Amino acid sequence: MSTHETVPEPKFPEKHYLNAEYGIRSWLLTTDHKRIAMLYLAAVTFFFFIGGFFAMMIRLHLMTPNGYLLTPDQYNRMFTMHGVTMVFFFLIPSIPAILGNFLIPIMVGAKDLAFPKINLLSWYIYIIGGLFTMWSMINGGLDTGWTFYTPLSTVYSNSAVAPAVIGVFITGFSSILTGLNFLVTVHTMRAPGMTWFRLPLFVWAHYATSLVMVLGTPVIAITLALAGMERLFGLGFFNPAMGGDPILFQHLFWFYSHPAVYIMILPAMGVISELIPTFARKQLFGYHFVAAASLAIAVIGFLVWTHHMFLTGQSTYAAVAFSFLTFVVAIPSAIKVFNWTATLFGGSISFDTPMLYAFGFLGLFLIGGLTGLFLGCLGIDMNIHDTYFVVAHFHYIMVGGAVMGYLGGLHFWWPKITGRMYPEWLARIAAFTLFIGFNFTFFPQFLLGVMGMPRRYHMYPPEFQIYNVMSTAGASILAVGYLLPMIYLTWAAFYGKVAGENPWPATGLEWKTQSPPLTENFEVTPVVTWEAYDFRNRPDLGLDVPGGSGPRIVAPAHGDD
Amino acid sequence: MHRTGTLYGQFKTLEQQKDTATLGMWIFLVTEVMFFGGIMLAYTINRHTYFHAFAMGSNTLSLGLGATNTLVLLASSFTMAMGVWSAQTGKKTLISIFLILTILLGFVFFGIKYVEYAQKFHHHLVPGKSFDIGYCAHNPSKCEDVDVKELKEEGERLEEAQKADPDLQAHAQLYFSAYFGMTGLHALHMVIGAGLLLWLLKDSVAGKFTAEWNNPVDIVGLYWHFVDIVWIYLFPLLYLIDRHK
Repeated sequence: MSTHETVPEPKFPEKHYLNAEYGIRSWLLTTDHKRIAMLYLAAVTFFFFIGGFFAMMIRLHLMTPNGYLLTPDQYNRMFTMHGVTMVFFFLIPSIPAILGNFLIPIMVGAKDLAFPKINLLSWYIYIIGGLFTMWSMINGGLDTGWTFYTPLSTVYSNSAVAPAVIGVFITGFSSILTGLNFLVTVHTMRAPGMTWFRLPLFVWAHYATSLVMVLGTPVIAITLALAGMERLFGLGFFNPAMGGDPILFQHLFWFYSHPAVYIMILPAMGVISELIPTFARKQLFGYHFVAAASLAIAVIGFLVWTHHMFLTGQSTYAAVAFSFLTFVVAIPSAIKVFNWTATLFGGSISFDTPMLYAFGFLGLFLIGGLTGLFLGCLGIDMNIHDTYFVVAHFHYIMVGGAVMGYLGGLHFWWPKITGRMYPEWLARIAAFTLFIGFNFTFFPQFLLGVMGMPRRYHMYPPEFQIYNVMSTAGASILAVGYLLPMIYLTWAAFYGKVAGENPWPATGLEWKTQSPPLTENFEVTPVVTWEAYDFRNRPDLGLDVPGGSGPRIVAPAHGDD
Repeated sequence: MHRTGTLYGQFKTLEQQKDTATLGMWIFLVTEVMFFGGIMLAYTINRHTYFHAFAMGSNTLSLGLGATNTLVLLASSFTMAMGVWSAQTGKKTLISIFLILTILLGFVFFGIKYVEYAQKFHHHLVPGKSFDIGYCAHNPSKCEDVDVKELKEEGERLEEAQKADPDLQAHAQLYFSAYFGMTGLHALHMVIGAGLLLWLLKDSVAGKFTAEWNNPVDIVGLYWHFVDIVWIYLFPLLYLIDRHK
């Protein structure tokens, strides 16, 4: 490691995007994608706290079989608002609107996204949608479940459905505009030499995500518009009393909301595809397959939506076809997991915090994905439909997968975003806390589901209590695991060790510019002459590569400092 | 990002900027297809389930007004296309003339749409408490704007339809929910389009569009054509259901 020690301590750059301008106006009217990403970070974190608060209420209530905290009516509102906040205001915008916004232009070597003003507009739309939804929360809340099933939501519910529906409808357009911006940016803004197959897989994953956003979100928009008009003006499309069809609502709803799961998980997969080669110091195994798998997930993901509706009395043939397609969509996900693990083989692995999150992702996503196959299997689904098995399954995907990816990515790029390192050991402890807390919270829910505890009930038979207590205890650990990074990442943004251009080192273009980057991202537009994740032909990374072409790459693992 | 003349800072060349803007508009139009697709699906499924009620509802629409509006929109698409051509060939006065013509045709469409909507209100065909699909057939004196012969035919059809579908009133309301939902959404898009055209007109009168730089005319043109195409689908869906008999 002698070469490593002679490198001088990095200096914090004098001019960068954070100090390019000052004042509240310079933030609220910015068109810089990096600043807009920071606006999103603040707003999304705010909604994460709100959603987390509802989650804690649910878990505290379920500590005892009869529930001592909330009335049944309040309980309905808690789980509904937890779902609505977390799905529409945290998970969907989290990685794309924060990390994607910050990184995609830099990764493709551009000065900004294709449409910077539309990018800012999307943030304002998100905020307006969020305000409408919060209006609903403050004025009596929402009790329909996050799925807004009709005719409960349009006729019978006594809660504030209309503002929530309007809020989610509006927020959808922020997602559409973000997706549109990413698609166009990847097509037309790439730097010279940045060919399609030199793009980082993070960009490929976001390209696939954007396809889903652009094709799926308008459908939920028109569906919620119809449901909203039904609630406000008494139209009858989804109201059986008027000849309408509630199942039609479910079809339209899931046509978006199943692919929406891929809006949450694909970007996280993109993050993992960056973390694993970086901390294994090895080119990603099967780059083309991982890129194509992202697109395959996006496309096939549109063809599986009725597996949420196996028990609605749909035709058996349709159910069989959708069950089959559900198994098919697991294949590209499996390809990715195999390729990630194959990348680890023979790599020079270091256990820096982002890599811990990547490992956490691998294990939890595996469990979440495989239990998804149970649910896609017609016979088994009959038994475990609408039980805690489903709740545990999708939390393994959304929290174990998407949130692990989000936090891993946040740690990985925090030195780029703020120019400073977070405290490594504290971060490792937080990653372990999260992993343990998560499993304690949600693994017992698989058992509860198999034993037959239905989801969305505010009470349960006493024999289920032990598992519920475990779950609540786990949720408390999980909460600590979330609070720790929020505290030390904020601290690190101001007082952390100066990171320098490329602390890991990693291969992407974003690591070829100063941290934090300039407003224009690069001094001069870069020319790309290397393949993605190619550690062997990159002397600029300062890695110790014996002979330049040996099978093993000996690298200064960051954790050895 | 700073801009140099008509080139925004994030782009390197005018050509890249134009490609980007055009691709952005095309992707936006794809989202619009999915948006209208949802309500058209809801319409189609209900039309299949409640054919008699939907045919009955369709018969109360004025084919003449609908067809005229179709022609008006097609003509406006032509003037828009000519506007784009004038911009690309750098004929500065012609751009403004064609934009004005397009806007005028848009307003003719709104005028005819207003007549149609007003008719629906007078004929008790707006979904709600006073909805009555047989209002004109039963009160011909109150529907003087409809041809007497047509009204008589309508009465006969109403009886037939009621035999086939006892819940005709509710299902006909679904038809008119779809009618107002779909044409209303379309009209909203037309209003936005007219606003965009006025914004273009401001710049074209100022002589800003040249053969080298005319992206706004180009992409607003794309949007306008799309809104026309939506109508090309709405017209047969809503007006022509039962005309093949």
